[in-house]
Amino acid sequence: MLPMDASLKIVIVDENPIRAAILEEGLREAGHVQVVRIADTTRLLARVYAIDPDVILIDLENPSRDVLEQMFQVSRAVKRPVAMFVDQSDKASIEAAVDAGVSAYIVGSLRKDRVKNILDLCISRFNAFARLQDELDRTKSALEERKVIDRAKGILMNAKNLSEDAAYALLRKTAMNENKKIAEVAQSVITAAELFK
Amino acid sequence: MSGEKLRIGFIPLADAAALIVAVDKGFAAAEGLDVELVREVSWSNIRDKLNIGIFDAAHLIAPVAIASSLGLGHVRVPILAPFGLGVNGNAITLSPALHVALCAAADGDVRDPMVSGRALARVVAKRKARGAEPLTFGMTFPFSTHNYHLRFWMAAAGVDPDEDVRLVVLPPPYMVESLANKHVDGFCVGAPWNSIAVDLGIGFILHFVSEILARTAEKVLGVRSAWAEENPDTLVRLIRAHDRAAAFIEDLANRDEVSAMLAAPNRIGVSADVIRRTLDGRLKVAPDGRVRANERYLLVGRAQATRPDPVQAAWLYAQMVRWGQAPLSLDLLAQAAAVFRPDLYDAALGKSQSQARPPPAIDGEPLDHVGAFAGPAFDANDIAAHLAAWKIGRH
Repeated sequence: MLPMDASLKIVIVDENPIRAAILEEGLREAGHVQVVRIADTTRLLARVYAIDPDVILIDLENPSRDVLEQMFQVSRAVKRPVAMFVDQSDKASIEAAVDAGVSAYIVGSLRKDRVKNILDLCISRFNAFARLQDELDRTKSALEERKVIDRAKGILMNAKNLSEDAAYALLRKTAMNENKKIAEVAQSVITAAELFK
Repeated sequence: MSGEKLRIGFIPLADAAALIVAVDKGFAAAEGLDVELVREVSWSNIRDKLNIGIFDAAHLIAPVAIASSLGLGHVRVPILAPFGLGVNGNAITLSPALHVALCAAADGDVRDPMVSGRALARVVAKRKARGAEPLTFGMTFPFSTHNYHLRFWMAAAGVDPDEDVRLVVLPPPYMVESLANKHVDGFCVGAPWNSIAVDLGIGFILHFVSEILARTAEKVLGVRSAWAEENPDTLVRLIRAHDRAAAFIEDLANRDEVSAMLAAPNRIGVSADVIRRTLDGRLKVAPDGRVRANERYLLVGRAQATRPDPVQAAWLYAQMVRWGQAPLSLDLLAQAAAVFRPDLYDAALGKSQSQARPPPAIDGEPLDHVGAFAGPAFDANDIAAHLAAWKIGRH
């Protein structure tokens, strides 16, 4: 691997502060000390020009990508950026980037292999973030389900004078019979109880 | 029932109407197509995802289809436009302050684009004289009709769009906010964003672009040339589904149903009322409720708007040349015109093909296919002479 160059100035445009922080940390670990995060995209072009970066990384959920495209046009600008898509020789890594949800713009005449390292790092951090987000979502929904089931158990224990275990067994049996998730049956119990109030 | 799976990217704008209705009203399914519409946030995303094959087809601003085919500003990927999703539909909106200034400087009715353009020139000159910052106008993309429409209007009245004002790219959803924050003094954008600025009381619609240019191709259904070659039958079905959708949209009896369909949160996601006004071409143009009606405001399924017109592609290429985005060459002109494919459209819909060159004028439409408010008639066969007639340009 080539030694990473500390002199490269990298801008991260991402409205998600956690993902941007994860990416910045990765870049710093790889030896890039000049990393600037932009979260608020108001007057984005002026800010990017002021920073004068070598590489710009932007998430694909960001409508401001179109703003960056204007940099190709400004005839008065000395340095013009190019999108990573201009060179299609590495189709796989482009597809991986789009899949991960990130795009890169390279300003000036950086060597391709140096940019590739940054892009690869970017892809892996974006994917790691997506996994984390996914895990968090699943944990959250598991917690929600737990709460719903607990409430339904309480309703059944009161209404049918059941023990907690028996109430849970009833929910589980109904779910199996109806080919539903326990949480779905529990939600029906809560809804029904609301109606009977 | 499962049909052939297709992914189509779109931006939530009124001229995505045919794409949305084709899916939500079942015209695509009737053609055996199982279309997943993917809502996107930027034209860059749409272009890249179409280019690398994540999308089979896409809602494209017509100039993006041409730029991509010519490799302008980006990697060259040949794109075909076998179907027009909309002609016209843009408007120019000003901040209240600029609107007042323009009206005060006007020597006539500001609804006349030459009067408004001259008034803009006076406002610009005054600002320059007192050393004020230049006026800033928002548009949606470097290769966009919005960019060319603003430039055409200003330059016709002597305002140099690169020297006298600032043009900045803004994503449509940020336009209104930027006008409210005074980051821009005006913008040119498609529906529904002009109406939203007016409804919020922060903008005045100065012009429907159809008052400046009677007919300009706005959005097309774009596919990769390679994809079209590999999937000729799918392409035919895609064209047929969208043609039926466009006709359905234009039928006044369906207007309420269509407006509600487009307004859905996962589609355009604005009020059905705003969509209805757009389709009817009756827009509230001022916060006090003044309405302007123009049936040409947005053409979806009327006046042959669905049939791609190579003269329109040539006009767009001429704008790229005029503003320094593309060199002038007959080869590039031919490539640009060939992006628009009326032959594929005609074949898919069983219409007789017209081989006439140049194509005949469309009934009731401008003879030169464009109908600009100023300057010479457009001549697709002599772009150099056409451009030479304009004083302001970068070519």
